[in-house]
Amino acid sequence: MANVFAGSSVAATAPKPVVQSRGYWASVWRRMRYDYVTLFCLALILIIALLAILAPEVAPMDPYKSSMAHRLKPIGYPGHWLGTDEQGRDMLSRLIYGGRVSLAMGVVPVALATLIGGLFGVTAGYFGGRVNMAIMRFMDIFFAFPSVLLAVAISGSLGGGVVNQLLTLTIVLIPPLCRVAETAASQVRTMDFVDAARSTGASTLSIVFSHVLINVLSPILVYASTLVSVSIILASGLSFLGLGVSPPTADWGLMLSTLRQSIYVRPLVSAIPGVAILVTSVAFNLLSDGLRQAMDVRQ
Amino acid sequence: MWLYAGRRMLMTIPILIGVSIICFALVKIAPGDPVQNLLSPTASAADAARLRAAYGLDKPVVLQYLIWIGHVCVGDLGMSISDKTPVAGEVFEALGHTLVIAVISVSIALALSLIFGVIGAYRAGAVSDRAVTAMAVFGISVPPFWLAVVLVIFFSVNLGWLPATGMGPNGSEAFSYFRWSDFKYAVMPIFALALPPLGIMTRTTRSSMAEILNQDFILTLRAKGLSEAQVIRHALVNIMPQALAMFGLQLGYLIGGSVLVETVFTWPGTGYLLNKAVLTRDIPLLQGTILVLAAVFVIINLAVDLLQSLIDPRLQRS
Repeated sequence: MANVFAGSSVAATAPKPVVQSRGYWASVWRRMRYDYVTLFCLALILIIALLAILAPEVAPMDPYKSSMAHRLKPIGYPGHWLGTDEQGRDMLSRLIYGGRVSLAMGVVPVALATLIGGLFGVTAGYFGGRVNMAIMRFMDIFFAFPSVLLAVAISGSLGGGVVNQLLTLTIVLIPPLCRVAETAASQVRTMDFVDAARSTGASTLSIVFSHVLINVLSPILVYASTLVSVSIILASGLSFLGLGVSPPTADWGLMLSTLRQSIYVRPLVSAIPGVAILVTSVAFNLLSDGLRQAMDVRQ
Repeated sequence: MWLYAGRRMLMTIPILIGVSIICFALVKIAPGDPVQNLLSPTASAADAARLRAAYGLDKPVVLQYLIWIGHVCVGDLGMSISDKTPVAGEVFEALGHTLVIAVISVSIALALSLIFGVIGAYRAGAVSDRAVTAMAVFGISVPPFWLAVVLVIFFSVNLGWLPATGMGPNGSEAFSYFRWSDFKYAVMPIFALALPPLGIMTRTTRSSMAEILNQDFILTLRAKGLSEAQVIRHALVNIMPQALAMFGLQLGYLIGGSVLVETVFTWPGTGYLLNKAVLTRDIPLLQGTILVLAAVFVIINLAVDLLQSLIDPRLQRS
């Protein structure tokens, strides 16, 4: 745990904490630079993200243009490298467009949950006592639900749609992030440099912002990064159940669901969207493993 | 021991109350007025008010909750909208089907993860360790429902070895796990359910085994001349409490998380029931199923904690 607090005592005394904290990130980067697996995954994620962002420019065809004459063409069909789906739409273009929703469903809920869960967790961990009791016992209730079940419960009641899906995933991810933030913050609270800052008369707010936050950041970030692939898989599962984006929109989970009727005709084509989910989620998992090692955070 | 068990059991009561509040709230957050959905379009406002009173929906929310929880305590989970049958009966029948395949899946996953975890930790850095790690990452990253679809493509469509969907040729009533012609329907669901817990448990076993193998008592065991097989046996004993905890947690996750896999295989368990409730927007069925599954999860966690403290009395002190 010692290295989580790297730069902390320095940050408490140095006049320019910003410069010192860059030293920490530089050391993280130094460790990651020779970890080729992590770098490869980072590059892969950047490529997938770029493809998704630039979808209108890079997609060879209109992902919504259906053609009854070209339904369910095999992989390698001229003009449709990855074949076509059950409505004759180009699979490659739909995959590229589908990355938009699927990546957003991985990153946005995690970012929101990190903010909200982190805020509650740090508050509970730093202040302890009754505040901690109230926040953490409330979160405990959500831990009584397995995550998939909680997602289906909330999403099933709210109904489908992008906003409801985002909301559901964020709610599901808040409790675990809150718990990690709470653990990290309550450990920092007892460190000597916090006592030192308090005895010099620093206000609670300035202690939290300049000493606590910077030290809970790495465990929270590492944990949040492991949740991205969880979120992508959960989102694709909800879409698969019809609780995600509505049909014409390209989304990997939804594509798997609609192509399921075609597994007897074009088994390989109907399995492609799952490969996209698998590759993205493996890349995020390995990236977060690499981050954990580079930041030296223990689970 | 009894003091600890009593305290631990008391602690589950507020959790169960919290769970019931969330399940009750599910109906409240569902969009649309439940009364309007039941009424014919020509019904007057007075009719709506009468129906509202008949369902107790005109009372304060707290009172509505207390009435609902009272019914739940005597085993009345309401009526499902689509089938017009009691939800409780449907849920408990389905729960049996889910429990059996979940227990089989997690047992297989635990046994394999102990083997793989030991291999990975014992041969840290070697090819076999990398293979174990790669398998674990695959298990964690694979969407289970896609794995289910791929299994169907491979074993049903291409090879024709296993039936793609359903629960036996004669339906779930005549199903027997001890007859191959029936059991082959359960093979792919069990496999698809087992892979994610296998990945997670392999990772955990590998890292704790690596930690244990680095401890001094292992050196002592080797120094006093025990064979490597005996050393590993001693190390394995030390991760048993953790293995038990993983087993309970993953079993709970599978029971709650089998929605997608059961949907692909149309296995008539609680997951399939949840999918039906979602598709037909049958909120009472959704609520009842989720309440029962969450309660089962809480009880499994309780049982695991109690068993763990029996195995390892040190845990009772914390």
